[in-house]
Amino acid sequence: MTEYLDILLYIQIGLSSICLFRIIRGPTIPDRMVGIDIFGILVVGICAIISVQTEKSFILDIGIAWIILSFIGTLTLAKYLSGKKLNE
Amino acid sequence: MRYVTVFILSLIFWLLLTFRITLPNLIVGSVASIICSAVFTRFFIKNVYKLLQPHRYYWFIIYLFVFIWECIKANIDVAYRVLHPAMPIRPGIVKVRTTLKSDLARTLLANSITMTPGTITIDIIGDYLYIHWIYVRSEDPEIYTRMITGAFEKYIKKIIE
Amino acid sequence: MLSLIFITTGIIFNLLGCIGIIRLPDTYNRLQAATKCVTLGCCSILFGVVLHFGLNDAGAKALVAIPILFFGSTVAAHALIRGTYHFGIKLGKKSVKDDYKEAIK
Repeated sequence: MTEYLDILLYIQIGLSSICLFRIIRGPTIPDRMVGIDIFGILVVGICAIISVQTEKSFILDIGIAWIILSFIGTLTLAKYLSGKKLNE
Repeated sequence: MRYVTVFILSLIFWLLLTFRITLPNLIVGSVASIICSAVFTRFFIKNVYKLLQPHRYYWFIIYLFVFIWECIKANIDVAYRVLHPAMPIRPGIVKVRTTLKSDLARTLLANSITMTPGTITIDIIGDYLYIHWIYVRSEDPEIYTRMITGAFEKYIKKIIE
Repeated sequence: MLSLIFITTGIIFNLLGCIGIIRLPDTYNRLQAATKCVTLGCCSILFGVVLHFGLNDAGAKALVAIPILFFGSTVAAHALIRGTYHFGIKLGKKSVKDDYKEAIK
């Protein structure tokens, strides 16, 4: 059980590093932003798996806060991309 | 009345997040909910009595099952396109007309389209939705309108309007 | 046991989404694959967590996180693809149709 969850956790961390590859390599700016968005969602999965492994519930709080912060960050970056001011 | 509804909903949300019913917890939650209802009520739906009609919840549950099925189909479709060696993609942006009127219904329709096979909503201008499609199956407006919005529009009309 | 099945399914969907990020040729298609697969994968992982904890505080938190994640990521994808179009990235070489170009003139 714990070993199996360990393997799943390592796979998820590897997937996040694939997103890092897209952030570093991406030829244009929007490609990098796609990488950042997907990276934020994958981290929530990592938080959920760790909370199953350690049987503690506060890690899910970190996950919820991470979802909301990543959402706001992506919206800000999208505003920047479409060339508007932040208060429009 | 709308203020009371927003207050009750945010208090339920607070109690779900903290998940213990004690007096200090209830006091802190009530203060936070009063602040939330003072600030955010102007974004809430206009007619709150629609929340009390049970047939809307019935259609919502049916819609949920339809939606989860479409979601799983979407993932298998994308997985097929990604894993295929030749990558059979044929992307394009199409224009789809919608008959829904209220803002909430349009938001729900746009979110549903984003999660169905190969489509993402780009923008809404007037009555038209602009949709990026990963594999444009036909060039005829009537056929693709039925393919994209046909599964959801009737349920959303029953839920919200 | 059922929770492990859901978590494994979620990881497989995440894997497919990440392969999509690497393989697909332009930004719009990458966003398609990534958003759908990764969002459903993480929702599936969180549902597995709900089944594992049952009805207590952790289960309720995971259950609340599912709709927040769902609406957050779809709205973020919508904003991101619109920003990409206005930034001036062209559609890929294989594209067949573009109705949005006339609309924003």
